[in-house]
Amino acid sequence: MAAAPPPPDARTTGRQFGALIFGMIVVGGVVLTLVARNLWWLPPVASAHGLEVDRLFYTTLVVTGIVFVGVHALLAFFVWRYGARGGERAAYWHEDRTLELTYTLVPAAILVSLVSMGAVVWSRVHSAPPPNAEVIEVRGEQFGWVARYPGPDGVFGRIYPELINTIKNPMGLDPADPAGADDIVTREVHLVVNKPIRIRLRSKDVIHSFFIPAFRVKQDAVPGMTVEIWFIPTKEGDYEIACAELCGVGHYIMRGKLKVETQAAFDAWYAQQPPALAQPPK
Amino acid sequence: MTITHHEVHADHQLSFVRRYIFSQDHKIIGIQYLMTSFVMALVGGLLAMLIRLQVGFPGARWPLAGLLFPGGFSGGAIKPDFYLSVVTMHGTIMIFFVLTTSLSGGFGNFLIPLQIGARDMAFPFLNMLSYWLYPPAILILLASFFVAGGAPNSGWTAYVPLSALKEAAPGSGLGQTLWLIALAMLIVAFLFGSLNYITTIFQMRTRGMSMMRMPLTIWAMFVTAILMLLAFPVLFAAVIMLLFDRLAGTSFFVPSGLVVGGQLISHSGGNPLLWQHLFWFLGHPEVYVLILPPMGIVSEILATQARKPIFGYRYMVGSMVAIAGLSFLVWGHHMYVSGMHPLVGAAFMATTLVIAIPSAIKTFNWVATLWRARIRFSPAMLFAIGFVSLFVTGGLTGIFLGSPPVDIYLHDTYFVVAHFHFVMASAALFGLFAGTYHWFPKMFGRMMDERLGRIHFWLTFVGIYATFFPMHFAGVAGMMRRIYSTSLYAHLQGLGVLNMFISLAAFGLGLAQLIFAYNFLVSLFRGQKAEANPWEATTLEWQTSSPPPHGNFGDTLPTVYRWPYDYSVPDAPRDYIPQTVPPTPLPVQGGAGDPGAQ
Amino acid sequence: MAVPQAPTLEKPPPPRGPNRPNGEDGGHPRDGGDAMVRPPLPSARIAVWLLVGAITILFAAFTSTYLARRGEADWRVGPLPSILWLNTLVLLLSSASLYWARHRGRRGHLDDVRMGVAVATALGVLFLMGQVAAWRQLVAAGIYLTTNPHSAFFYLLTGTHAVHLVGGVAALGYALRAARRATNPARALEVVEPVATYWHFVDGLWLYLFGILFWL
Repeated sequence: MAAAPPPPDARTTGRQFGALIFGMIVVGGVVLTLVARNLWWLPPVASAHGLEVDRLFYTTLVVTGIVFVGVHALLAFFVWRYGARGGERAAYWHEDRTLELTYTLVPAAILVSLVSMGAVVWSRVHSAPPPNAEVIEVRGEQFGWVARYPGPDGVFGRIYPELINTIKNPMGLDPADPAGADDIVTREVHLVVNKPIRIRLRSKDVIHSFFIPAFRVKQDAVPGMTVEIWFIPTKEGDYEIACAELCGVGHYIMRGKLKVETQAAFDAWYAQQPPALAQPPK
Repeated sequence: MTITHHEVHADHQLSFVRRYIFSQDHKIIGIQYLMTSFVMALVGGLLAMLIRLQVGFPGARWPLAGLLFPGGFSGGAIKPDFYLSVVTMHGTIMIFFVLTTSLSGGFGNFLIPLQIGARDMAFPFLNMLSYWLYPPAILILLASFFVAGGAPNSGWTAYVPLSALKEAAPGSGLGQTLWLIALAMLIVAFLFGSLNYITTIFQMRTRGMSMMRMPLTIWAMFVTAILMLLAFPVLFAAVIMLLFDRLAGTSFFVPSGLVVGGQLISHSGGNPLLWQHLFWFLGHPEVYVLILPPMGIVSEILATQARKPIFGYRYMVGSMVAIAGLSFLVWGHHMYVSGMHPLVGAAFMATTLVIAIPSAIKTFNWVATLWRARIRFSPAMLFAIGFVSLFVTGGLTGIFLGSPPVDIYLHDTYFVVAHFHFVMASAALFGLFAGTYHWFPKMFGRMMDERLGRIHFWLTFVGIYATFFPMHFAGVAGMMRRIYSTSLYAHLQGLGVLNMFISLAAFGLGLAQLIFAYNFLVSLFRGQKAEANPWEATTLEWQTSSPPPHGNFGDTLPTVYRWPYDYSVPDAPRDYIPQTVPPTPLPVQGGAGDPGAQ
Repeated sequence: MAVPQAPTLEKPPPPRGPNRPNGEDGGHPRDGGDAMVRPPLPSARIAVWLLVGAITILFAAFTSTYLARRGEADWRVGPLPSILWLNTLVLLLSSASLYWARHRGRRGHLDDVRMGVAVATALGVLFLMGQVAAWRQLVAAGIYLTTNPHSAFFYLLTGTHAVHLVGGVAALGYALRAARRATNPARALEVVEPVATYWHFVDGLWLYLFGILFWL
């Protein structure tokens, strides 16, 4: 190749690089995060657990943010300051046990705190549901969500996959089981505000994941298993159920509808739902 | 150790095929791995551009791309199943066929014998065999694009039942089978390689090269090889069982009562979570397989170009070993919301956050290495320092994901995608670039162009932050992974501008890599001739010619008298002392070392 | 004038024996020049142990799946063909033959090394034939790969084991050739010993799998 111009000296590069790290990463990162908080951020929280999850998220954000800024500022400074120049030598210093111990124990202490906080919230998310919680079943399938209410008798009827008929009997309810006679099957989930709800998650075919962003709820629906979660919705409104586990070509259209309403509104809706075995669901 | 006259000539009598194609010389094999990985990186990168085309500009039409991929586009728009194939293959290729092969296969092979003072690996024939499983695996993998149903649609993670049942997705037909076979072949290649590396490092270190005098690059390759040896067989077992479930009707993973595509599936009794446990038992150590070699490489380059010993050598070794050991205990953090028992999740939370500690130690040691250093900003050094930044950013977002309650929200969103692109696609990639710029002169006897290297660095560093930092916000807003379009979800409607920006940054990032490709290829033929030790480095590979001769070190193997980081030693005549320099000059009668002759 | 020192930042080594000498694969010291000490273990031995480790992990993964699957409601242990007992004996005898070969080899009897390896190889092939017979017996009894979960594991585990055993037979063949070409027992043992390690491992693996399939 033709003779290239001599490379810039180390000090200049060091200054440029240090400035880039500080400007783009430290300043840019912080500014962008602050801007993002108004544009692309957590949806307003609408469940009881969600508040605790958010608190933990923000705590983690602050801690990691401080480390992010601090380490990058240090890196930027060293790069800016210690470019080679003249004939001086680097400092003879390559081991310091106290320093090593410090930056073992300090991160450890921070992480232990975060783990403890996380453990508390996790155990609350997975604690036993309150006794007054209602139960419904939600089943993921390619590509949608179907919910089942147990009806006035409060018991779910038996279901058999062989009986599944997409139009007439999407859940596969056994007509011979009296407990299933009053089960309600619907594609739109209705919940009562401030009332705990237990959801038994199933899948008809592959793994899906039941994700309601506003509630900070997510649980994989695994075929062959029934997994139960519970939560308390705290704000009325219309919400979306998203699928958060790749489930096939229609993964992106698996949007489910969920409505949180007052007890009265819920009762009115509920009274209008026919038993599943009498009619196909709306 | 003397090489006989006969043996030197024997090498010259090998045919071109035996010398360069079916070579048993570790240097050639290392270069073969590296070059093949670069080609696969182009393929994987192209697939990434397709992903960003769709995510950044959903609904747009691309007639030109439609011409290139006739089966995957319809009316100029990418089809949803092809989109998932692209996502699956992008991940598979980048993780297994680029990063693992280039870092362990490429640099491991090239550097291990040179840096420990050996003439070649312990088993050169096995080494050749290991490489030659790689191209056939590539062909089988890429063939999946061309069979009925296309390449797999189940992601690089291939969760069951989506990957087990051909009725569940078009790509779950023959394409998935080919994918599994290709992966199995590559796993065998990795196992052969690990066997070789471990044996070589145990057996063939030269006189004076104790374990604690090995360069950190070698420690990294050594620990990585042990990790691969113990973790990959688990994925191999899972692949075999999935092939049986797919082709022979067994039910290791497929449960009963599934109705797919209107049909009742006859499998019964399997458990999909078993696949996940087996997969992630490999999958998590795998990410450390990807990051440990770059950590070693970066430590090496930081010390060399900062003219300062790496800070805390012993703690660096200890933390690498700790990371490797702990990596076997954290796999469940990929499965917090999988249906696994919550107490198990809590246990994994504890181990996951513990593994952050040795990583923190290493990071601070790298930063401390720069303090009062005398930094030479070669392209390799720029990428090495860039690695530290990327590893910090990516590692910190891992703390969010390591906590199960926070992970409830962030699991399977773009926050995860941003996290692993920072640690893998960015940090590990920077290790690859840094290593290439640093050892190119040794491999090919020529220098890469420094100016182009710097330009490549600036554009890539900025481009990577521009592409992947905003991705975190898409995840915080709740954007799920692997979705073809966000159009259906109200909570994702504000992300259009963000995704478009990320795509544009990604295109720029992709284009910037062409500078590297050009620099690499042209320097092979027209680069300035390299001397033996252009970086004035201490390790053994720099004490022989560039490129090294067959047998690496000429007539006698080097003897090592010191550790690899004697940079800027006070009172030394130069600012570096190679490992081969004795602690005191040997006394020669009448010479400088003879006290009687003064 | 003071003698110039070439200082180092390395910590002084703890007092102990000389550093490891230049390691070379124990079989092929290439030079007589540098006084070279053979490393304590030949590379082939280390490699075999590493291979054994990897294969152990493979079967550990299968075992954990087996144990998890066993907890399901539909688990039934099927009857296993009785020829498996005979096969087990054959395999044990082959290991014994190899053990004898090494024992005699260490006492300097090259002929016995060759014979022991040859017998072990033949018995290994006999074992494989016996396994094929066992599979055919099972198929004749109507028990296929998909008949029940236990049968699936039976074919999977015995099949994977057989693949590794075929590798072992090939290795024995290689050892036999080396033993025939060797001019003294020590040279023969350089190949026979690592191969024997692998073979004993495959034998032990069979005992383990047999136990699991029969009793667990």
